[in-house]
Amino acid sequence: MESGEPRHGRLWTWLDQRVGLKELEKLARKKEIPVHRHSIWYYLGGMTLFLFIIQVSTGILLLLYYRPSAEEAFESIQFLMAEVQFGWLIRSIHSWAANLMILTLFVHLFSVLLLKAYRPPREITWFSGVALLGLALGFGFTGYLLPWNELAYFATKVGTEITSAVPGIGGFAGRLLRGGDEVTGATLTRFYGIHVAILPATAVALLGLHLYLVQRHGMSVPPGVEREGGAARVMPFVPNFLLRDIVGWLSALAILAALAAYFPAELGKKADPFLPAPAGIKPEWYFMFMFQTLKYLPSHILGIEGEIVGILGFGLGGLFLLLIPVLDRRTARGQPSRLFTWIGIAIILFMVLFTVLGYMASATK
Amino acid sequence: MTEHALEPDESRRGFINWFLGTSAVAFVLSVFYPVASYLVPPIVGESTAGTVTLPIKPDDVKPNTGQIFKFGSRPGILIRTSAGDLRAFSAVCTHLNCTVQYRSDLSEIWCACHNGHYDLNGKNVAGPPPRPLDTFVVNVRGAQIVVSKSA
Repeated sequence: MESGEPRHGRLWTWLDQRVGLKELEKLARKKEIPVHRHSIWYYLGGMTLFLFIIQVSTGILLLLYYRPSAEEAFESIQFLMAEVQFGWLIRSIHSWAANLMILTLFVHLFSVLLLKAYRPPREITWFSGVALLGLALGFGFTGYLLPWNELAYFATKVGTEITSAVPGIGGFAGRLLRGGDEVTGATLTRFYGIHVAILPATAVALLGLHLYLVQRHGMSVPPGVEREGGAARVMPFVPNFLLRDIVGWLSALAILAALAAYFPAELGKKADPFLPAPAGIKPEWYFMFMFQTLKYLPSHILGIEGEIVGILGFGLGGLFLLLIPVLDRRTARGQPSRLFTWIGIAIILFMVLFTVLGYMASATK
Repeated sequence: MTEHALEPDESRRGFINWFLGTSAVAFVLSVFYPVASYLVPPIVGESTAGTVTLPIKPDDVKPNTGQIFKFGSRPGILIRTSAGDLRAFSAVCTHLNCTVQYRSDLSEIWCACHNGHYDLNGKNVAGPPPRPLDTFVVNVRGAQIVVSKSA
């Protein structure tokens, strides 16, 4: 600013004396975004946050009509879709934004992984981010059951059985998750509570930590760019970067509206525990790579049931992902770390390949 | 302050800290124990009946078809083979708990979730299922089909 202190009105001054707007203004003006060839990836976190806010807003609206019981859940959504004005729109946006949010979250995660933004001092930012990914998958898994339709019912049966198959505490954890030995109305109310109260509260707390740490450390400049002498210039967060962010958010909103209007969320058939699982049953796309891997595993590997080997493998994979900042010593020392770049690329290729296979493979062969 | 005056203070402080610490632990436990217990679902007495009479007439089950029936709180599957035998199994896939179905085109029991196949003796023959399906005993008494758990 030319004259240093910006001019403010009387309301601003009144509020400033009471809540301290000047500090906030200083903070906003201080925040700068490094500009370099990888700057584009800085938009993904904010995009995920925007989609999360949409999820909270549409989720609250859905609560007003939804009834969490095995007898009424399916019918209440039928009513919402058919009778309530714009009910179809709110539900379709909730369902599409969930998918887009997980997509942007994955892209955000892999860009941070490949640009090594997890290196010191940002390890806890990474840990909280991986935990938020876990919560997002939990949101997806619990929310999928709530319409109480056939696909959701069997997906939940399989998903909770996977929990039960974990050696040791699995049986207990499975019962705890289901609210009993089987997937029933008790599971539905439990998933509802987890989906609308436990996960949102946890997510907001973790998100607060994540955003605080992002503020505290500023944007990470990729080691490659740093070795070339750092970012050539910076851009103020307010308003330059924020306005670009908003362009992204508005584009996302337009895409969401188009998807919701042209491909509204389906409801399918009501769940019936005494009907066979329908042919062509598939989980949500972000679980597909795991689903497909489990399909390829033989029934026994070295005398252990194939699914247990698979589940333990994915568990270890998740733990490895979480601990990458601790394991990647070369990046922490400021040296190039080819190995972890290749590991990141291998994870992406594995997930993409098995997801594609999952959608190409015939379900009935 | 002399050393003499400090000593009783320190031990008092230690005692108070220990006392407050154990109280805090006891407080936390007394809050978390009921909450943790609350989260564990109560065990609902499962139907112990080892026998069910099906609401299906023997003539309703055509050769090379199968039907799902309720066995307590879980599904069972009743099959009439092409040869005309009636057989019954638990319909819960031994892989990940989906409900299986009869495939007339293959004359096999099939699970749609992960493409598991069982033969007409309930034996797992292809795909991921690790164990055979539990077998039930089928008795036809006049127009009634009675299915019971094998002894």
